[in-house]
Amino acid sequence: MTQLLPVIPSSEPPTRPGKVVDDFAPRLILPGEHALCPGCGEPIAIRSVVEMIDELELAARSVGVFGIGCYTAFSPKLDVEVLQALHGRAPSLATGVKRAKPDCLVFTVQGDGDMVNEGLQEVIHTAARGENVTCILLNNGVFGETGGHMTATTVLGQRTKNTLEGRDAKRHGYPILMSELLAPLDGVAFIARCAVNNAVNITRTRRWIKQALSMQMAGAGFTFIEVLTMCPTGWFIETGEAPDYLADKIAAVHAVGVVKDISAADKTASDKTAPDKTGSDTTR
Amino acid sequence: MTRQLLEGSEAIARAMVNAGCRFFAGYPMTPFTEVLEHMGKLLPDAGGVCINAESELEAVGMTWGAAATGTRAATGSVGQGLALMQESLSELCQARLPVVVLNMARGQGDYYQSTRGGGHGDYRHIVLAPSDVNEAANLVQLAFHLADTWRNPALVLGDYYLAHVFESVDTDRVDFGPVPDKDWKLTGATGGTGHARIVSTVANDRLDVPDRLNYGQLLAKMDDRIERMRTGIEPMMESFRTDDAEVVLVAYGTPARYLRQVVRNLREDGVRIGLVRPITLWPFPSDQMAAVLERAGTALVYELNAGQMVDDVRLAVAGRADVHFIGRSSFDEAGFGIAPDLDVELLTIRVRSALDAVAKEVVS
Repeated sequence: MTQLLPVIPSSEPPTRPGKVVDDFAPRLILPGEHALCPGCGEPIAIRSVVEMIDELELAARSVGVFGIGCYTAFSPKLDVEVLQALHGRAPSLATGVKRAKPDCLVFTVQGDGDMVNEGLQEVIHTAARGENVTCILLNNGVFGETGGHMTATTVLGQRTKNTLEGRDAKRHGYPILMSELLAPLDGVAFIARCAVNNAVNITRTRRWIKQALSMQMAGAGFTFIEVLTMCPTGWFIETGEAPDYLADKIAAVHAVGVVKDISAADKTASDKTAPDKTGSDTTR
Repeated sequence: MTRQLLEGSEAIARAMVNAGCRFFAGYPMTPFTEVLEHMGKLLPDAGGVCINAESELEAVGMTWGAAATGTRAATGSVGQGLALMQESLSELCQARLPVVVLNMARGQGDYYQSTRGGGHGDYRHIVLAPSDVNEAANLVQLAFHLADTWRNPALVLGDYYLAHVFESVDTDRVDFGPVPDKDWKLTGATGGTGHARIVSTVANDRLDVPDRLNYGQLLAKMDDRIERMRTGIEPMMESFRTDDAEVVLVAYGTPARYLRQVVRNLREDGVRIGLVRPITLWPFPSDQMAAVLERAGTALVYELNAGQMVDDVRLAVAGRADVHFIGRSSFDEAGFGIAPDLDVELLTIRVRSALDAVAKEVVS
């Protein structure tokens, strides 16, 4: 849906300063355009991360370790210190940063190609060590940067550049559900799978990111945030329909909700954030 | 100066900690394992961290992260483990991060790996090759100094002997002079200032750089960096009794110790023979070596491999001296320990027959 901008009369001198997009940008995102596609979910996810860092007043003690993917191009726009990793290797670098600077908030930003394909062993061992870092998976089910190829998280039936008829378990195997894979490890304190396909989910994404970062700073152990994001160019879906496709197809497999929270373990069941295993309705 | 009788691995570990190393990560593999053990013992008391990483890939990644915070950080393995690390070891040059990497190699088959590398793109590592434990204790410290000075990984190429021989050694901190301030290091503190730091291999600093995502530009800068290191790092070479030598042996690392004795033996018989030993393998001491070899006329190159460094010797002399290869691969049954070929009597015979062969060539 296209929203028309208000027309500013130009027949006489302006009575108030004009507003530019940067006026609405959060403090920790530097002015100027970013290089990601319109309709991409990754900038929303990254924005949510830096806004929560700002809310927690951790801007001056945070280091983000970025993997390789589309989101890499967003990292120079952040007013948060950034360390660039090789494809898949961010959790090890984050470990080195955190051990050398234990007072810092250390997080990774990785795509599904980066984390789940190339560097699966890295994130599993980092989680198992209970490393006090937050790994953030931006999961869109494709290698967006190469043009939309199948990753280890691509859901069955999803069309990609190298599964043109849709991912078929017989030929391409089954998707890896990252949050559920990590949850049983003892070193893991918090896992939530979020989505950025609508306002409700963005709000939850922000809340869960904030909780993960807070738990890291409290020394709770490994925290993990998986964000389902739209890929307007890599999916065989119209950009405008991508949020619904995410809810109906992707979240039906990668269910949104808190998957593990050791801080909630001693609370009563009614206090818990109920895991949303059914997916599509609330996701949508 | 305090001298103690220490195993090479422990001496290397102590020297690294004394040089200010506060982070180490590694994966056990003979003959590197004992260095990891000693770092694991020493670092916690020194306020540092040693991690037994799940693989060499993670070991070098963790070291990368620690180095990015300005911490003196090191990793290591044997050639096999460094083979796994090659992607990171090459990319670290592009990331401009100072790390020290030990290769406690199995034999001398890793000369190419160390000086050429098997990573991607155009890069060089600073490579130092000690031949005894005392020198190793000194060169691992120099490695940190050079890595910090040039913001580039520095390798120290050792072997089974250096790792396991006990020698009387001084591991005290060596002062190599000041190094540049690490005004690039990540501490988190610059966040929110409008100029948060970025340590990246693929992007120029921040938005105040006009072409912040011009990766091509960034890669091209590597040329200048390599050339500055090539001309700026002082090459090191030992010359032993070369003044009047007509034949000069060339060897690096442990074998050079044996060949020094071969030179002494042959000198007693009146043979005018000497030895040169490159200490920096990159930059290779080409000019110094060429001067000695050209004056002598004949060089006999010994390595525990099928001939790798001999290429650099030939490039150095550029045809101005005869270069013959007299080395060979030599292993015990395990494939990484004692080399049966490193026997002074055997090597003396080998050098003598090489001298005879050269003489015959000259006569015919």
